[in-house]
Amino acid sequence: MNKNTIKSYLVNFLAVIIIFALMKLLMNIGIINRYYQGIIVFILINIILAASLNLATGFLGQLTLGHAGFMAAGAYVSASTAIMIKANFGWLPNIAILLISLIIAGIISAIVGVAIGIPALRLRGDYLAIITLGFGEVIRVIINNIRFTGGAQGLTGIPRISTFDNVFWITVLIVFILYTLTHSRQGRAIVSIREDEVAAEAVGVKTTRFKVMGFAIAASFAGIGGGLYAHYIAFLDPNTFNFMRSVEILVIVVLGGMGSLTGSIIAAIVLTILPEALRSFADYRLLLYSFLLIIMMIFRPAGLLGTSEFSWKSIYDRYKYRKESIIKREKA
Amino acid sequence: MALLEVTDLSIQFGGLKAVDNFNLTIDEHELVGLIGPNGAGKTTVFNMLTGVYLPTEGDIKIDGESIVGKKPYEIVRCGAARTFQNIRLFKDLSVLDNIKIAYHHELNYSTFEGIFRLPRYWKDEKTAHENCLAFLDIFDMGDYASIQAKNLPYGKQRKLEIARALATKPKILMLDEPAAGMNPKETHELMDTIQLIRDKFDIAILLIEHDMHLVMGICERIVVLDYGKIIAKGTPEETRNNPDVIKVYLGE
Repeated sequence: MNKNTIKSYLVNFLAVIIIFALMKLLMNIGIINRYYQGIIVFILINIILAASLNLATGFLGQLTLGHAGFMAAGAYVSASTAIMIKANFGWLPNIAILLISLIIAGIISAIVGVAIGIPALRLRGDYLAIITLGFGEVIRVIINNIRFTGGAQGLTGIPRISTFDNVFWITVLIVFILYTLTHSRQGRAIVSIREDEVAAEAVGVKTTRFKVMGFAIAASFAGIGGGLYAHYIAFLDPNTFNFMRSVEILVIVVLGGMGSLTGSIIAAIVLTILPEALRSFADYRLLLYSFLLIIMMIFRPAGLLGTSEFSWKSIYDRYKYRKESIIKREKA
Repeated sequence: MALLEVTDLSIQFGGLKAVDNFNLTIDEHELVGLIGPNGAGKTTVFNMLTGVYLPTEGDIKIDGESIVGKKPYEIVRCGAARTFQNIRLFKDLSVLDNIKIAYHHELNYSTFEGIFRLPRYWKDEKTAHENCLAFLDIFDMGDYASIQAKNLPYGKQRKLEIARALATKPKILMLDEPAAGMNPKETHELMDTIQLIRDKFDIAILLIEHDMHLVMGICERIVVLDYGKIIAKGTPEETRNNPDVIKVYLGE
């Protein structure tokens, strides 16, 4: 194990703890009120959704437009599981109920992902985008029309068990898993499919297997994100998970940079806060939002971070490099 | 027993018989050239050998094991690696990562071990890193390890593609027009690389090529294909003087 890697893991872990402690402190002294806290939770959920979509779209290179469908599947599975547990095993602590519901939601979403992925991933590019869009809508329409999901009236009575604390740590865990996954031999195989599927197959990568695997993991985490959403809002309306929701997640991924998890995190923060911050502009809100996106795509079409990850080391290296080049110039 | 054994291989696209009764055997450590004018069916033969097309008739055996109907990645595992006519690298990845992807099968840790960074991950990744770097050094490309593949000069890109194919530890290497688009200097470098492969690896090579200088210079045996049929077989000297070959290439 390399010393530098240990150091960078430690630095990142410390940074996460500091951010968490800071947030808790600000909440306790009341600077972050309930409204802000809600926005932060939505940011975290959007991070989960965008990071998981990034695995399918950014790393695997498969453009999918049905991510809200997996989110919906996860949200409803998690919500109904929690309602059931609450009714029969009410003595369980909230965190246990949440974790059990989320794990079941993740597994069911992954199964849905595999079921959709096996036929859909035979297609590429635009065709795949359209077929996943279709599947996403199918999931929504099914939910709208069956009984135990509450249909179009929505599902009520969901235990409100997502809190800032557990959403935060689940997000950290998911981003960590996605990062280590994409930086392992399996991750390299996944990225090689994005780069050139024919070449990947020609060097022995089992393309179908890794495509389905990437897609299933993305679906599973989207389901967990949906579950956290359900337990925070405590009410589910099928129309929240429409096509526009998928597009919103995709916009976060594209803006942050396809193939950059840290990019997705930054973009999720920006794009969740922005519509809220622009509330005072009332009718011009969406106009400004779209305008910003257009500007962004003109000046940085690869997204905020492109395919690279944000790291303290690269900033430090750049700083060092600049300092060295200044010294060199002065000597000359 | 021959390393590669192709018997009566044919493929039909609709009414067109693109390759007709193609026979070829390659022994260990042999370098065979496959030539022919444009549209003769050379790449089609290649695509059948590597599992991209399914032949309508005939059989292909590597080390006695039939590979017909297998997926390209399974054929790689059987010991046949290839390069492409128009270079196909993982362009946005580093040179080292290009090799590491081909080295995938040498690593044993599971997805779970990889995600949670268990000891086997560190051990495997370390050996992979060292082995791939050493591998690049054989090809004199160690200095380029961290460069994005797309930023390499053309000749080096081809070299990397060949190195990547070799990283899968094949028994037979198939090169599809490796000299296409190269200037004389780069072609010369390529000949050196092929010579290097023959010296350092115990491997047979099947080469499709247009560049006569290259083919005549390094191949031990040459097979000439025209309209999907073999019209001549033999040493470079024999092929050069074969009247049928002259007719195909120069006209009557």
